[in-house]
Amino acid sequence: MKPKFLVGGLVIAAALAYMIYAGVTQYAVYFVTPSELGSAPVAGKAYRLGGMVERGSLRWEPRTLSLTFALSDGKASVPVRHKGAPPDLFGEGRGAVVEGSWSADGYFRATHIMAKHSEEYTAPHDTSQAGVKELMRTLSGGNR
Amino acid sequence: MTPEIGAGALIVALGLAIYGCAAAAVGGRTGRVALVESAQHAALGVFTLVTACLLLLAWSFLSFDFSVRYVANNTNLGTPFYYRLTAVWGALEGSIVLWAWMISVYTLIVVLRHRRNARELYPWVLSVMLGVLAFFLLVMTLPAPVFQRLAPVPADGRGLNPLLEDSGMITHPIALYLGFTGFTVPFAFAIAALVTGRVGDAWITTTRGWTITAWYFLSLGLLIGGWWSYHVLGWGGYWAWDPVENAAFMPWLTGTAFLHSVMIQERRRMLRLWNLALVIMTFALTLFGTFLTRSGVIASVHAFTQGSIGVFFLSFLAAVLLLALGLLAWRWDALGAQGELDSVVSRESAFLLNNVLLVAAAFTVFFGTVFPLLSEAVRGVKVSVGAPFFNQVNVPLFLGLIFLMGVGPLIAWRRASLDNLKRNFLWPVALGIAAAAVFRLVGIRSSLAVLALALAVFVTATIAVDLVRATRARLRTGERLPGALGGLLLRHNRRYGGFAVHLGILVVAVGVTGSQAWSVQTERTLRRGESTELGGYHVRFDGLAASEESNHFKVTGTFTVTKGNATAAVLQPAKKFYPQEQSPIAYVDYRLGLTEDVYLVLGDFARDGSQATVRLQVNRLVSWIWIGGAILTLGTALALVPERRKAPVPVLVPV
Repeated sequence: MKPKFLVGGLVIAAALAYMIYAGVTQYAVYFVTPSELGSAPVAGKAYRLGGMVERGSLRWEPRTLSLTFALSDGKASVPVRHKGAPPDLFGEGRGAVVEGSWSADGYFRATHIMAKHSEEYTAPHDTSQAGVKELMRTLSGGNR
Repeated sequence: MTPEIGAGALIVALGLAIYGCAAAAVGGRTGRVALVESAQHAALGVFTLVTACLLLLAWSFLSFDFSVRYVANNTNLGTPFYYRLTAVWGALEGSIVLWAWMISVYTLIVVLRHRRNARELYPWVLSVMLGVLAFFLLVMTLPAPVFQRLAPVPADGRGLNPLLEDSGMITHPIALYLGFTGFTVPFAFAIAALVTGRVGDAWITTTRGWTITAWYFLSLGLLIGGWWSYHVLGWGGYWAWDPVENAAFMPWLTGTAFLHSVMIQERRRMLRLWNLALVIMTFALTLFGTFLTRSGVIASVHAFTQGSIGVFFLSFLAAVLLLALGLLAWRWDALGAQGELDSVVSRESAFLLNNVLLVAAAFTVFFGTVFPLLSEAVRGVKVSVGAPFFNQVNVPLFLGLIFLMGVGPLIAWRRASLDNLKRNFLWPVALGIAAAAVFRLVGIRSSLAVLALALAVFVTATIAVDLVRATRARLRTGERLPGALGGLLLRHNRRYGGFAVHLGILVVAVGVTGSQAWSVQTERTLRRGESTELGGYHVRFDGLAASEESNHFKVTGTFTVTKGNATAAVLQPAKKFYPQEQSPIAYVDYRLGLTEDVYLVLGDFARDGSQATVRLQVNRLVSWIWIGGAILTLGTALALVPERRKAPVPVLVPV
C-alpha cells in the first residue's frame, strides 16, 4: 500500500474519531432518577429523567398547552413542566421518561415525553371499559 | 394436538439440520458425494418441517387456538383474519419461525441453483446454511418455544399489539427478514471459500445475484419501516435512530459497501481480504441486530420482550466471529492483493473511499447504539446519545457518499487523466455549482440543504452525461432512439440498473433533506369551529364522533383543511381505545402530496367534544422518500436481469 493511501486513511480515521468525540460530548444525555437529579441538579445539562407520575400532581391546561406533573421514584420527586398535550399511555401512577434540562427556577423543563410502553399486555380491565362506554355516550349525545 | 405436532416437528428439524450440517462438511472434506446428497435430503426435510410448523402456527391463529400461549398473547376473537395471519410473526417467537423458514427456503434454492455450478464450494455452503438454520431451530426449541401450551385455556386472547394492526406489518417484516437472511448465502459462500482455500473470485461472481437481492430487500424493509413509523406511530417522522432501526441500518451500510467492493475484486483482483471481512461483518451485524432487538439490553420503543434468548444470540455471534477470524488467519497468506492501487484519482480509489465512508458510518451507528452500555460499563453512568449525535456525525459521511456516487461510476480505472476528468465531470460540476447558486438565490437558507441538493444535481448530471454519450454512440450506428436506449439498458443492465438505484437513493436523499430543512409543526387546542394556520393551510375543528369497531372503540375528530379559498382535504385523525391497552392509540390522518404532506394527530380532547388538542405538521418532500423506494425497486430489477450477452439482439424491422 502506498504511503499516500495510508496517510489518507489515517486522516479519515482521525476526522471520524474527532467527530464522534465532539458529538458525544455535545449530545450526551444523562439518565437520572428523581433522587439523583434532586441531589445535584446542573442547569443546562441534558437529562433523561425516568420515574412515576405522582398521583394528584398532573395538571393539564388545554388552552395554553401547559402540562405540569411531578416525577417520583419513591424517595424524591421532581416537578416537571412541558408545553404540549400528554402523549398516549401517559397518566398518573404510570411510568414516564422525560427528556429536557433543569431550569434554574427549580423545575425540570421537558422537551420530550415518552410514556413507558411494552409488548406485554395487561388483561382487559373493566374500569377503563366503563370509561370508554361513558365517553361514547357523551360524545354521541353531544353530536345529536 | 396441533401444538405438540408443531413442537415435535421442530425438534426433528433441528436434528436433521445438525445432521445435514455435519454430513455436508464431512462430504466436502472427504469428497464423498453420497454424504452431500444425504445433506441435501436433510435440507429438503428441514424445509418441509419448518413450512409445516409455519402452517400449523397460522392454523392455530386462524382457529383461535388459545391453548397455545403465543396465540393467546397475540390475538383475540375480535382480530380480523388478515391481522391474525400477520400476528404469526408479530412477536418474538413467531418472528424466529419466519426467519428460520426463510433460511430454509434460501437453503433449498442454493441446493437447486448451485449443486452443479459451484461443485467445490457447494458442500461447505450447504453445511454453513444448515448450521445457521440449526441455530435458529435451537432458539425455537429452547428459549423461544412458539408452540408452548397455556393452562388454563383462556376464553379470549389478549389481542395483537394495536400498533401492528397495519398493512405495513404484512410487508415490512417480510422484506426486512428476506434481507437479513439473504446475507446468509454470501456469508456461507465466503466461509466455504475460506475452508476450501478457493479465495479467488468464484464465490463473488456466484453470489452477486444473492447479494443484490438481499441488499434490495433490506433497503425495502428499511423504507417500509419508515413508512410504518410515519403513518402509524404518529410522531410525524420516519426515522428516529432508534436502536431497532439502527440494528437494521448497520448491515445495510456494510452490505452496500460489499456490493461495491466486489466490483473492484471482479475487475482488478484486489481487496480479497476486505471483501471476505465485509460479508462476515454484514452477517455478524444481522445477528447482532437480532440480538439487540430481542434481548432487551437496550430500551427501545419497539423492542421485543426480553428473555434468555439474548444469551443464545450473543454466544452464536461470538462463535461465528471466532470461526470466521480463525479461518481468515489460517488463509492469511492466500489473501494478499494481486493488483495494486495506481493513483488516488481513479475508480478504485473512489470505490475504496466509498467503502471507508460506509464502514465509518456503520461504526458510528454501532458506537452510538451501544454507547449507553459502554458508558455504564466503563464509567458507571448511564448516558445515551440521541438523534442529534447520529445526524451530526453521519451527515458529512453521507454527503461524501453522494459525491462519490457521481464520481465512482464515471472516473477511469487505474489512473484518471485530466482529459478523462474534463470529459466526464465538466458539465456535472458546472451544473452542480449553478444549481447551488440558484438554490441560494431562491432563498434556501440552510447551507446543508443547498449542499445536499447541489450534490444531487451533480450526480444526476453525471448519470445523464453517461446515458446521453452512450445513446449517441448507438445512434451513430444507425439505430433509432427507442431501440438504442432499450438496447443500451438491457445490454448493460448491471451498469444502468446501478444508475437507476443511485437515482432512487438520490430521490430518497432529497426527500430526507427537504423534510429535515423545511417541515414545520404546531400544537393547538381548538374549540369546535375554531381554526389554526400553518404553512398556508387553515385547519378548522368541526367536531368529534365516537364509534364501535370490531375490536376497539374509536373517537374520531373531523377537521377541514383549506388552502386559499379551496378545501384541500377533510382529515379525520382518531384515537382508538383497545380493551387490552391501558390507554388509547393515536390514529394519524394526513394528505400526502408531492411537495408537502398535511399531517394531523389528535391529542387530548374534551369529553363533550367541545374542544380538541391537535398537532399539525406540514412535512415537506417526504413523499420523495417513498418514490425513491419505487425507483430503487425498478433499478434492482434491471440490475438482476439475467446476462444475455450471447443472445442475439432483436432487430426491429418495420413491416
